[in-house]
Amino acid sequence: MLELRNPDAPVSPTEAPAWHRKDLLDTDTLSVAEIELVMETSEGMREVRSRPVAKLATLRGVTVITLFYEQSTRTRASFEVAAKALGADVVNLTASGSSVEKGETLIDTVRTLEAIGADLVVMRHPRSGAPYLAARNTSAGVINGGDGTHAHPTQALLDLFTIRHHAGGLSGKRVVIVGDVLHSRVARSNLWTLLAMGADVTLCGPATLVPKTLDGAASETARCSVTTNLEQALDGADIVMALRMQKERQDKGLIPSLREYISGYQINARRLALARPGALVMHPGPMNEGVEISPEVAHGLGSVIEEQVSNGVAVRMAILYLMATARHS
Amino acid sequence: MSRTLLIRGGRVIDPANGIDGILDVLVAEGAVSRVAAGIEAGTATVLDARGCIVTPGFIDLHTHLREPGFEQKGTIATETLAALRGGFTTVCAMPNTNPAPDSATKVEALIERVARDARVRVFPIGCVTRDRAGRELAELAELAASGCIALSDDGSPVANPRLMRNAMELARALGLPISEHCDEPELSHGGSMNEGRVSERLGLPGQPQAAETAAIARNIALSEATGARLHIAHVTTGRGLELVAEAKRRGLPVTCEVTPSHLFLTEDAVFGANTEPLYDTNAKINPPLRTEADRLALVRGVNEGIVDAIATDHAPHAVEDKLCEFDDAAFGISCIETALATVTTLMARGELNLLPALRALTAGPASVFQLPAGLGTLSQGAGDITVLDPGHRWTVDAARFASKGRNTPLDGIELTGAVRAVILKGELVHEQEPAGV
Repeated sequence: MLELRNPDAPVSPTEAPAWHRKDLLDTDTLSVAEIELVMETSEGMREVRSRPVAKLATLRGVTVITLFYEQSTRTRASFEVAAKALGADVVNLTASGSSVEKGETLIDTVRTLEAIGADLVVMRHPRSGAPYLAARNTSAGVINGGDGTHAHPTQALLDLFTIRHHAGGLSGKRVVIVGDVLHSRVARSNLWTLLAMGADVTLCGPATLVPKTLDGAASETARCSVTTNLEQALDGADIVMALRMQKERQDKGLIPSLREYISGYQINARRLALARPGALVMHPGPMNEGVEISPEVAHGLGSVIEEQVSNGVAVRMAILYLMATARHS
Repeated sequence: MSRTLLIRGGRVIDPANGIDGILDVLVAEGAVSRVAAGIEAGTATVLDARGCIVTPGFIDLHTHLREPGFEQKGTIATETLAALRGGFTTVCAMPNTNPAPDSATKVEALIERVARDARVRVFPIGCVTRDRAGRELAELAELAASGCIALSDDGSPVANPRLMRNAMELARALGLPISEHCDEPELSHGGSMNEGRVSERLGLPGQPQAAETAAIARNIALSEATGARLHIAHVTTGRGLELVAEAKRRGLPVTCEVTPSHLFLTEDAVFGANTEPLYDTNAKINPPLRTEADRLALVRGVNEGIVDAIATDHAPHAVEDKLCEFDDAAFGISCIETALATVTTLMARGELNLLPALRALTAGPASVFQLPAGLGTLSQGAGDITVLDPGHRWTVDAARFASKGRNTPLDGIELTGAVRAVILKGELVHEQEPAGV
C-alpha cells in the first residue's frame, strides 16, 4: 500500500512518482504504467478515506480551482471533497455569474486563474477539446472533468478502479457499454483504459447512436467492436455499463421514442441474465431509472453504481495528489 | 508608356494555346507581343526565367476579400496584395460581405472600392438571393448589368429547390453561371468537420459526405431542367466528383472547382500530427477536409481534367475567430499565398500533373466564368503572367503573410515551389528573389 507523505520531504529517485504530466485531458495517451500508478495511489487514498478522520495535509498550500461551464453535481462535489481531503484550498467557479458571462474567452479565464494562483484547474466544458485549448495556454495543471462529447478521464479511471476491485485483472474480460455511445464522453474515455488493460469492449446502441468507426479500435491486447444487437453483445459479458439516455435524442429524431429505446436497449433482469453470472452492472450517473436501466438491476446484486461514486473521491484524490506532486518536483 | 520586358529562358506553358517549351516572352505596350525562342532583348528589361515556369497569371474563382463589413479579417487592399504574391492576377470576389452585393448600388460601391484599392483584377460575384438569406431572389438582371460575372450565395446554399430552380431559369436567360456551395443543410446541420473516423474519435459533430453529394445531385438535376450553367464550388468528395463527371459526359453545362486545401490536407489535420489531439481550428473549413481517399480522388480529378479550376476559397480571419473552442471557431483557411506552393508540392510528390494543374489555374477558370478574352492565356494582347520556380523549397511563415488572415494549418510546413514574379497588365508588379536559398 502506498505511503502518503509530505511532498516537501526528500524524494529518492527510485521512489519518485512516475507521473510527469502537467495535464490530464483524456485516457487515450496514458501508458499502462501510468494507469497502474493511478490505481495504486487510489488504493492508498481509499484506505485514507476509511480512517475516522479522513483528512490529510499533503496538498496544503495547493490551490485547486474547479471551473464548470456545465451543470454538474457529482463530478464537482467529488473533486471538491477530494481536494479538501488532501488539505488543498478549493475555489469553485461556474460560468454563470462569472466573467464568462461578460464575454471573457476561455484562454483569458484560465490565464486569470493562473495569475490568481491556481495550481490545478478542474474543468468541465460543453465543447469537445476545450480543455486542450485551456491547457496549452496556462502553466497550471488542467484536469478534464468532461468536455462535450469527447472525454471524461477521471470517470474512466474510477470505473476501472471499481472493476478491478470486483473482477480483479481486466485481461480477457469483456465489457459491454450500452446506449448513446456517440454522444458519450464516458464511453470514449473508458474505451481507452479498458483496451489498454486488456479488456475487449463492445459498444452497443441504436444505429444512430453508435460511433461505427470505433469498430476495430484496438490495443496490443484487446479490441473494440460495435454492434446494434444487444442480446448478442451481452452474451457472456463480464461487465455491463449503461449510459444515460437523454430525452433530447428523441426530440432530435435520433430515436423514435424513449419507449422504443427501452424496449430495445434497457438493461433489465431478463437481459442481464444473458451476461456471465455475477456480471458487474455500472452506470456513470445520473441515472434515468426505468429508461436505460431498470430499478431492479440498478439496485440489484451485481450493481456497483454507488461504489463508483464513492470510489470517485479516492481516484480523484490520487489524481490531484499525483499532479500536484509532479508540479513540485 | 510602359517598359518593354523580356522574360527569357523559362519553360513557357500556356494551356489555352497548347504551348509548352523553353521560350522567351516579350511584353510591350502592356501586353504580350511575342512568344518565341531567341528573342533579341534590345532595350527591354530582361527577367531571367531559366529554371522557372512562365504561365498566364492565375485566376481564382473563389476569394473572400471581406470588405465591406469585415475589415478586421481582411480588406480589398490586403487580400489582393496577398493574391498578387500568390501569383493570382484575377480574383472573383465572393459575396459574403456586409452588406452583401445583392443590388446594383452595392455592386457599384464595391467596384469603386476595387478601383481604388485592388492590386489585381477583381470581378464581383452577385448574390442569388437578397442578403444571401435564401428567401427571395435578388434582382439578378440588375446584378448582371452592373458587372457581376457569376451569382452565388457563397457559404449559404440555396436550400429551397424551387427558389434555386427559378434562379437558374433567370440566370440562364442572363447568361450567368451560378456558383453553388453544394450542401444539404439539414444533413450537415451543426457539423464542424467531416463525419467519420476523426470526428467520432474527437467527439465533434460531423458533416456527412451525403450532405454534399445529395446537393450536387439536386443541383445537377435543376441545371439539366433549366439549361443553366452550374458551377459547383469546392467539391470535396470523390463521389461528388463522380456526379460532376457523369453530368459532363452527358453534356450538361456543369463545371466544378477544388481547393488547394482539399487537394493537400485531410480530416487528420484537425487531429494534428501528435498522439494527443490538437483540435486545430486552422484546419476547420467548410466544406470540411475529407478522407485520404477523397483527397486522392480530387487529385485524380485535376489530372483527368474533370476539375475545371483550382480555386482557393481563401478565407482570412482575425486571430480571435480561430483562437477559441473548435465548435465555436470560424470556418476557413487563409491560403491564397500558399495555394500555388501546395499545388507544386503535390507535383513534386508525383501526385499532380503539371499541365492539367496549370490549366486549372489559368484557362480552366477563365472559361468557367467566361472572363474577358485574353485572361488565363499568353495570347497576343494578354497582359497577366506568373513566373514560378517549381523547385524552390521554403517554410510557410504565416506571420509574413500579406493577408490579414494568418489562419493556416500549414504554418511551419515546408513546401516546394514559389512565385518568382508577377506581371499584371504588362507591368512587372511583383518580384521575389527566392528567399532562404
